[in-house]
Amino acid sequence: MALMLLLAIYFLLPIYFLIVAATKPQGDLAATNGLTFSHFNLFENLRVLFSRSDGIFGKWIVNTVIYAVFGALVGTLISALCGYALAKFRFRGREFLFSVILGGVLVPTTALALPLFLLFSATGIVNTYFAVFLPSIVSPFGVYLARIFANAAVPQELLESARLDGAGEFRTFFSVAFKLMTPSLVTIFLFQFVAIWNNFFLPMVMLQKESLFPITLGLYEWNGQTARAPLLQESVITGSLVSIVPVIIVFILLQRFWRTGLAAGSLK
Amino acid sequence: MTDIATRAARVVQSPGGRRRPGGGGPRAGTIFAFVIPFFLPFVLFYLVPVGYALWQSVRVVRRTGGQYGTSYTTFGGFEQYTKVFQNDEFWSSVGRIGLFGIVQVPVMLFVALVIALLLDTPLLKLKSVFRITAFMPYAVPGVIAAIMWSYLYSPQLSPVVDLLNDIGLKPDFLGPGAVLWSAANISTWLWTGYNMLIMFSALQSIPQELYEAAKLDGASNWAIAWQIKVPIIAPSIILTTVFSIIGTLQLYAEPAVLRQISSNISSTFTPNMLAYAVASGNNYQQAAAISVVIAVITFVLSFGFMRLTSKRAGL
Repeated sequence: MALMLLLAIYFLLPIYFLIVAATKPQGDLAATNGLTFSHFNLFENLRVLFSRSDGIFGKWIVNTVIYAVFGALVGTLISALCGYALAKFRFRGREFLFSVILGGVLVPTTALALPLFLLFSATGIVNTYFAVFLPSIVSPFGVYLARIFANAAVPQELLESARLDGAGEFRTFFSVAFKLMTPSLVTIFLFQFVAIWNNFFLPMVMLQKESLFPITLGLYEWNGQTARAPLLQESVITGSLVSIVPVIIVFILLQRFWRTGLAAGSLK
Repeated sequence: MTDIATRAARVVQSPGGRRRPGGGGPRAGTIFAFVIPFFLPFVLFYLVPVGYALWQSVRVVRRTGGQYGTSYTTFGGFEQYTKVFQNDEFWSSVGRIGLFGIVQVPVMLFVALVIALLLDTPLLKLKSVFRITAFMPYAVPGVIAAIMWSYLYSPQLSPVVDLLNDIGLKPDFLGPGAVLWSAANISTWLWTGYNMLIMFSALQSIPQELYEAAKLDGASNWAIAWQIKVPIIAPSIILTTVFSIIGTLQLYAEPAVLRQISSNISSTFTPNMLAYAVASGNNYQQAAAISVVIAVITFVLSFGFMRLTSKRAGL
């Protein structure tokens, strides 16, 4: 019990520190104890954060939503279609296709980013939304999970009877399989959301325009400037808090889903 | 209509309703339509870049007529790879990351295993609170985690440093000897809960009857944990180890953030940072070769580890 308490303090310490620091005026950051509240300045910090550089932080939030939320939505849908086909249709080359996709799980994404940059420079999509969005929708791990989930959740007999009723394969998928797979699709969405949200290397390689940055890259750039512009420090801290709190809340609300996902992921 | 009728007839006729002409299931066109929305981007953004990196890595830039002549790229065989292996910075980044991995991965996975086992015993209270607490860092991106921790390491701001100073210790988390372990701590903080949950999920799928039998034989809780539970969840432990090996070799964001406040992290601190630094210097062929070598090391280590352990465990 004492050990668990110690570990809990370890896991919560940086987040607690962030919350406290985000409520302080810049001057108190170094002058007061980092673990105790001083003058409550959170709202002023937020105002400064969102008004800095013509409200660029708000733009970064929008970009992050585009990359992570829409990327994961599109990615989940195409993973689900492919995983479902691999689980439920019998066709030549199926196992080969699955092995190639599974091999993709082992390819380090950082090793992909540099050659992708060169290819994208040649086609002119470097430094656009697409340069980050398009590669992000591909999740080999999502296909792997979708295949496991489709096998477990969609009974073959149900598909056969839908076919007998004359439903096309896509209608069968969207009206029968999709509903049965919904909890697992939420899991795939969450995993892919976190993967895109965490992927720092790809946006850093692809983007020069600040207005296209996700929050992580933006805060990284600001953090690098704090030596020259110390007043940025408070905005980096407040911005970090603003960026992680919604995600943590979503995770707590959706814990049923990521738990089933982790259980399925550890089957093999 | 006829299509549906013949299909229905086939289903009825074929034994078990499964085997059908042409491999069974829907037509090739339909299967294609299900698979292609994933497979096309997969080819474009996974297979093509891998192929492109391989191709780039066997190219070299040559010049005609001395330093001010025109440059052209040509086939160079393994020249780029030879350069990688002769590069001292490459070896020191690999050595650094190797040291990091050998220490950080076992420590993190051991802590994760202990938490998972504790959460699996009936003794502990407030289980779900602990579970969420440990998993929470997973929702925090590496960059933000590194920024948070860098404030906890910085001598000006950190309450931890203040506290240690008060009891007479003078820690220097960003010093030349410590900075690697400060980065390791960030990785540990980020990923312990994730690994713990994979192990915990595996523990929960073990049938309870197994423990009852062991208890009747007089086995202690410790014996049950280490001699029954751990061997059963060995595949999950192997999985988390492989993920951790891949993650370690990809390390970039955490040291890059610490570099902003510590002069003890060079621009070539990890293999990925080296690849990026070389690419920024416009030597894409050399950067490609470095990326390929990192990917190959990742493959060899993760497959090697899987084969070694699965043989030993008799799986």
